[in-house]
Formats: sequence, C-alpha cells, structure tokens
Amino acid sequence: MNSSKTEPILNIQNLSAVFTDGNGELRALDELSFSVQRQEFLCVIGPSGCGKSTLLRILGGLLRPTQGSVTFSGEPLVGPRRGVGFVFQNSNLMPWRSVFENIALPLEVQNTVMSQVRPQVQELVELVGLQGFENWLPRDLSGGMAQRVAIARALVHDPDVLLLDEPFGALDALTREKMGDELLRIAVHASGGRTRRKTIIMVTHAIAEAIFLADRVIVLSPRPGKIRMDVPIELPRPREERLRYTPEFGKLAQRLREAIG
Amino acid sequence: MRSRRVILLFVSIAGLLIGWQLLVTFGDFPRFILPSPGDVLNRFLETVGDGSLFRHLATTLKEVFWGLALGVSFASILGYLIAKSRWIERLLSPYIVASQSVPLVAIAPLLVIWFGPGMLSKILIAALIVFFPVLVNIVVGVRAVPEDLHALMRSLGATRWQTLRLLEMPAALPVFFGGLRVGATLAVIGAVVGEFVGADSGLGFLINVGRGLYDTALVFVAVFVLISMALILYGIVVGLEARLLAWQRRSEE
Repeated sequence: MNSSKTEPILNIQNLSAVFTDGNGELRALDELSFSVQRQEFLCVIGPSGCGKSTLLRILGGLLRPTQGSVTFSGEPLVGPRRGVGFVFQNSNLMPWRSVFENIALPLEVQNTVMSQVRPQVQELVELVGLQGFENWLPRDLSGGMAQRVAIARALVHDPDVLLLDEPFGALDALTREKMGDELLRIAVHASGGRTRRKTIIMVTHAIAEAIFLADRVIVLSPRPGKIRMDVPIELPRPREERLRYTPEFGKLAQRLREAIG
Repeated sequence: MRSRRVILLFVSIAGLLIGWQLLVTFGDFPRFILPSPGDVLNRFLETVGDGSLFRHLATTLKEVFWGLALGVSFASILGYLIAKSRWIERLLSPYIVASQSVPLVAIAPLLVIWFGPGMLSKILIAALIVFFPVLVNIVVGVRAVPEDLHALMRSLGATRWQTLRLLEMPAALPVFFGGLRVGATLAVIGAVVGEFVGADSGLGFLINVGRGLYDTALVFVAVFVLISMALILYGIVVGLEARLLAWQRRSEE
C-alpha cells in the first residue's frame, strides 16, 4: 500500500489527438507523455490553439485520444469518472437554475437523497463566499460570482481531481488574481470545512497565474501541441501576494515566456 | 399600468359595440344580414338557457384539447428524435416537409370519411395542424442546447434520461412554449374546419346551422364564443409559460 503514495494519479503515455473534417486532418496534440502526482497542482500553458483544452477534455474522459493511453489511479481511462470535477471556460451554469440548484447538480445526477444535499451544498456556498445569493439566478451574477458557483459545483461531490479549462479567462485582471487566491484557499490549502487537497490540472495562457498557483508548469508548443518544457515551481506555500514581485518569480516568468516562443 | 390597460381594453370594446349599434341603427340592414348587439346578446342568453351552447362548446373544447395534446405529444417525441439523430432526420424529413405542403383543409373531408363525423376526425385534424410548428420548435430548441452544458452532463456521468430531464427539457422549454402558443390557436382552427366539413355537434357545426337558417345572430354567438375560447386558451399557455419560465422573463425586464 506504500506504493500508492508515489504512484501517479494520472499517467499519460504517447498521447495524440487528431481531428478529421472535410478539409483533412488536424493534429491537435502530438505524442505527449507525462504523469501527475496526487495532490499536485499542474498548470498547462501554451499559445491559443495548441490543444490545451483538448488535452483537458481527454483527461476528463470527454474526448477519446486518437493514440496513446491515459491511466487514472492505475486504471485505463475510458470515459468520464465520478471522481473528477470540471470547470469550464465560461461559467457554464444552467440559466434556469438558482445558484443553489446549480451547485447541487452533480449530487442530483448522482441520485443523492435531496435531504442530504442541503448541508453539503450550503457548505460549498459558504466556502466560495456566496451566502445570501443562494436563490439568485445566473444572469444576475457578476462574472466572478458565476465562476465561484462553477467552482463550487465542481467541488460539491468532493472529487479527487479538479480540471480547470481557463476558468478565469473571462474575468478582469483584479478579479482574476482574487479568484486564484480563492482557488488556493479552497482546493489546495483546504483551510475551510471538509474539503481535502485536490489534484488540480489547470489550463491557462496567463504565465503569472500559472506560476502563482501551480507546483509544476508544462509548456506546450503551438499546434500540434508537444511538451516544450516541464518545470517545477518551487515557491513556498501558502502562496502570498508579495511572491509575485520577487526575483525568483520574475525569472520563472521569463523562462516560461521564452519557452512559449 | 395594469389598471390602465384594463380600462383601455374596456374603452376599445365599448367603442366597437357602439359603432356596431350605430351601423345597425343608421344602416338599415335586414336582421339576417347584420343583427344588433342586443339581438346577439338575446340569442346568446337563449342558447345558454337551453344548454345547447354549453354542449357545443364542450364538444369543440374537447376536440381542441385532445387535438392539442395528441399533436404536441407526437411532435415533441418526433422532434426530439430528429434533433438527436441525423439518421432519423434524413429518414423522416421528406415526409414531414411534404405533409406541410398539403393544405389541411383539403384533406379534412378525407379524415371525416375515414374516421366518421364524430369527435375523432376533428381531434386528428387539430392534431395534424398543431404538429408542424411544435415539431420545428422542438428540433430548434433541442439543437440549441449549448455544447458545453452537454459536456458538463457527460463529465458528471449523467444518464441519457438525466440529460433529457435536467438539461434538454428545461433548455428547450422556452422554444417549446413558442410552438405551443401557435399550436393552441391553430388547434381551434383545425377543430372548426373539421366541424365545417361534417359534424353533429360543436361551435363550427353551430355556425353552419346558423348560416343555413339565416340565424345570423346565432353565427355571431358561436364566433364570439370561439374567439373567447381561443383567447382563453392562449392566455392559459402564456400564464403557464410565465410561471415555468420565470428565470427567462426576468431577463426581459
């Protein structure tokens, strides 16, 4: 049982994704191999169209790779798994459901008894700081609030793995930094409630965001996406705001920027 | 705001009645051409009194209701299948488009011959006329569900039924109601057309009888009741829509 500690939760081998349409083939990902440790926070960055989102969808079991294999906790990944929470580029909420009902959706799909749902959902509402907004509809929320709901929804069924596809891409710079802090507080430092530290894979094109949040950053090349660089971010946790202005941070940012090209 | 609208409605109706009465008084038409509002009211009270109006109204109402229910159910099921499967779409769409170029009024006699002068033939005519607009709306509504929400449901491991119940049905509801609103009005037309062709009961039948007897006041009574019925039906659909789609209505304000 000791080996389970070091055994990666995700193992990706020679992964390629090729899309075919009327005009021929489009190679999105080319022979990627890497693994992700339990409780690791991995950021994948790269230029637009490098296949980052495709990679995330494959890891979430939403897309099948053309070649290669993905193993999840030692088993081959064949489809969506319950132990995964997915956060999409836009908040992707159901406009007819209230904040509370949107967060409760994964539990409803899992056929959890509704009386048991309430405390769990309420805990997440408080964790993301949306007390008092439970009955609001998505259209009345700001972008940051909507994305908080999306994060709460991805966490409500207490998944082991959190996949985030440019979750803060649509937010302004200040809200974006704040949401990054929140994400660390909720899913990494696990300071509130019953939440545990998650394995997180996040796709972004913001270098500073990646460095600030991640334990490790993978840089993908332009299409077809190959791994250009795989760097550990050895900055102390908990990550604090002033870290952004240290020389180490700047050096890392420069290295990553150069790797992207 | 609301009370002002009600007042304006009353003013408009009163204006119509006064204009009508003036036309009768000064136009000097024979009664069988243009009965006065008073004549129509008397005829209305008579038919209410002997229960005949209510009986005919009940017939048409049943035909409209069942026609609507039948047409909407079939259109919803078929629309969903067409929206979800290109294969079924290719198989069925030629027939569906072709069926729309057949004027229903023209095949109404056929349905009356096949299914008799009773309610069944009218229910079928109403259902057929309702079918297409609801079908088109369902197809559009189901296809318009955002791909990312489908991805979300799949990432949660939702079953087909859960996706239908939790995502596709609520997402398509606004467009479905658009079809239902049109359908509710069309169902009334379908039932009356069927009754014109051959029936022994119903408001369309009553219009036919009144015409034959030159009982023009009776025709007016039947027409007014039909209009009221269509309006009430439309109102029920709109009311239901407002209740079920409160999340959407707020966006318009």
